[in-house]
Amino acid sequence: MAKNGSVDRRDFLKSAAVTGAALVGGAAGADAQTAPPAPAAAAPATAPVAPRETDPSPETDIVTTDRPGGDFMVDVLKALNFEYIAANPGSSFRGIHESIINYGNNTAPEFITCCHEESSVAMAHAYAKAEGKPMGVLVHGTVGLQHASMAIYNAYCDRVPLVVLAGNSLDATMRRPGVEWAHSVQDAAAMVRDYIKWDDLPWSLPHYAESMVRAYKIAMTPPMMPVMIVLDGGLQEDPISDEVKSRLRIPKLTLTSPPQGDSGAVAEAARLLVAAQNPVIVADRVARTPAGMAHLIELAELLQAPVIDQGGRMNFPSQHPLNLSNGGRGLLGNADVVLGLELDDFWGTVDSFRDSLVRTSRPLTKPGTKLISITAGDLFIKSNYQDFQRYPEVDIAMAADSEATLPPLIEAVKRAMTSDRKTAFEARGKRYAEQHANALDRSRSDAAVAWDASPVSTARLTAELYNVIRNEDWSLVSTSGNTSNWDKRLWKFDKHYQWLGGSGGAGVGYGAPAAVGGALANKKHGRLSVTIQGDGDFMYAPGVWWTAAHHKIPLLAVMHNNRAYHQEVMHLQRMGNRHNRGVTRAHIGTTLEDPFINFAQIVKGMGVYSEGPISNPNELGAAFKRALDVVKKGEPALVDVVTQPR
Amino acid sequence: MKTQFLFTFVLAWALAIVLAWGIAVASAAQQQAAPAPQQAQRQGGPAPQQAAPAQQNANAPAGNAANGRKLFVSFGCYQCHGYEAQGGSAGPRLAPRPIAYAQFMKYVRHPTNEMPPFTEKIVKDAELNDVYAFLRAQPAPPDLDKIPLLK
Repeated sequence: MAKNGSVDRRDFLKSAAVTGAALVGGAAGADAQTAPPAPAAAAPATAPVAPRETDPSPETDIVTTDRPGGDFMVDVLKALNFEYIAANPGSSFRGIHESIINYGNNTAPEFITCCHEESSVAMAHAYAKAEGKPMGVLVHGTVGLQHASMAIYNAYCDRVPLVVLAGNSLDATMRRPGVEWAHSVQDAAAMVRDYIKWDDLPWSLPHYAESMVRAYKIAMTPPMMPVMIVLDGGLQEDPISDEVKSRLRIPKLTLTSPPQGDSGAVAEAARLLVAAQNPVIVADRVARTPAGMAHLIELAELLQAPVIDQGGRMNFPSQHPLNLSNGGRGLLGNADVVLGLELDDFWGTVDSFRDSLVRTSRPLTKPGTKLISITAGDLFIKSNYQDFQRYPEVDIAMAADSEATLPPLIEAVKRAMTSDRKTAFEARGKRYAEQHANALDRSRSDAAVAWDASPVSTARLTAELYNVIRNEDWSLVSTSGNTSNWDKRLWKFDKHYQWLGGSGGAGVGYGAPAAVGGALANKKHGRLSVTIQGDGDFMYAPGVWWTAAHHKIPLLAVMHNNRAYHQEVMHLQRMGNRHNRGVTRAHIGTTLEDPFINFAQIVKGMGVYSEGPISNPNELGAAFKRALDVVKKGEPALVDVVTQPR
Repeated sequence: MKTQFLFTFVLAWALAIVLAWGIAVASAAQQQAAPAPQQAQRQGGPAPQQAAPAQQNANAPAGNAANGRKLFVSFGCYQCHGYEAQGGSAGPRLAPRPIAYAQFMKYVRHPTNEMPPFTEKIVKDAELNDVYAFLRAQPAPPDLDKIPLLK
């Protein structure tokens, strides 16, 4: 029972039930004593029932408390150092919502108002990659979680830590009639359990505290993934009883050391790498932190081995002489050792797959090439969703975190080095540096083709954007749509925060909210956040632009407005030609025209500075500079550019 | 619509890589030369295709370049190769300086990569002639020295 005469919802329920029973008993007893039994024929058609629960007397303020459970929940969020918590408001978490904004003073965590749960989650997804720690997400336990589910899947595939808190109303007798029933569920986490790492449904506040700390630790242990805690409405809203208060504590958080590769496997990998004539390093989700990037640079330079950066994280400087991401197939065909680090798809890296009239595949590597895999992905694989890709036949498989394994691998390589090998490494390093320089030259000359075209070429779009940001402390927080990778080909990426990777699960709609979430993380660091925004991606949940305006999140967004789902047009073309029916109707269902979408107008209506649509490439530079001036004042800005398909 | 972007991204690169490779193979075979290893991967562009030696196009029909531009769009070529045939991640550059006419005609009918085959039933030879005329008519890009942004 709460102090000051208040009671919690469960106690109210108990007392109401007891009162009801007493009333029934009292009435029956009185009847028995004062009235003769009614004739059988006169008996009511139904048995007497207890009176329905009625509102408590106006004098009894039964639900007030100055210390609801939600307050302690906020204490735990603060202890775990959550900066932000993103949500579209929902009644199933009204208790903790109120505690965040009043008891917690809406700071650490600050409530970020979102217009769609997919936006909340994708914002947290990119934030985690930029900041290296989770951001909280609150979702309505049923419909909100359903909205959030695709974005949670993306984060799961991208090995990103998220802490999702889902509201729910477990006690059926305490639910309001109607909507609250439709928005309640026995097992809220069930719908996403296939693609989260862990979940719990705490039954008490001490249980909540322990589970939150456990969840945070699990999410942050490689392979990092989303976790979910279901918050019962009663637990959020009811007063903290004296008995519970005596048991409240927040357990100490000690993050798990990331798993390193087995020492024997590390030594063998080093031996193979040092002995190899043409080793190739392929990196995908390696650099969880800036240290990962530094380690990869050290290993590559030690071996003078080329690096193919697949871009899952900012792994390797784009203009490092050993960055041969442009030369993948030729390098792999000539390799005698391939070191794959946190590869999303090792099989697809070293094998081709042709989807033409028939589906065929063949190895890209020559027979005898040794394949070494280091990935934390081998430590945690689920069955249902097939993001684990084809089975790769590797020679050494280390179920370990690559970033954590690189330092011992570097030391092992140093031990295995000889002066002869070092001389050979230097020679091949010069060769690769030349290849890198040639590839950069080729990219520049390719970019010149269609330079003055309208719609604007993706090369021109990217080059014009780089021109206005290159002297700033920029961060490309997201790209969506296909811009033919011109950014990686032309821009100089050399800082870890300059690229946050992709969506992971390829669920479209990640780009815009990820850009806003990445920009939110960059805000306190004073970085200029930039995004190239696809039109199809934009249209999933455009309300996130309002979130950017409302919370004054600086973000320079440039639309890649190619007015179609071009990847799907290509698939329709493939089908039409395979079936000998032609391609002239492939635009049906795949294009965004008639009418064209005016993205500048859309975001303007949500308080975002905007310009466009612009089709003349010569107008881009000035428009981008004006938008940059707005962003420098601490606000988002968007320039809509009508572009070539890719 | 819920396309797996990563899959399609990789697929697009595979298409670009294989198309570049296929064209190079066709070109090299005609020139009695071994194909050079292609330098294309997920983070880079496909290698430019081999330009046809002038003598190989001596018998190329004149074609109607203006109509070819329209057909380049209506047949969906622009989807992967761009409106100006400049190429990108999904398809290599086709112009300026396209591959030889004979190779072009053969390749469109029987692509050796992921490009959909365009049969005579879908695209007539005369229409392909116009498309080829469009490719040949595409102007050379500006000199790099005149584009400060690419320096």
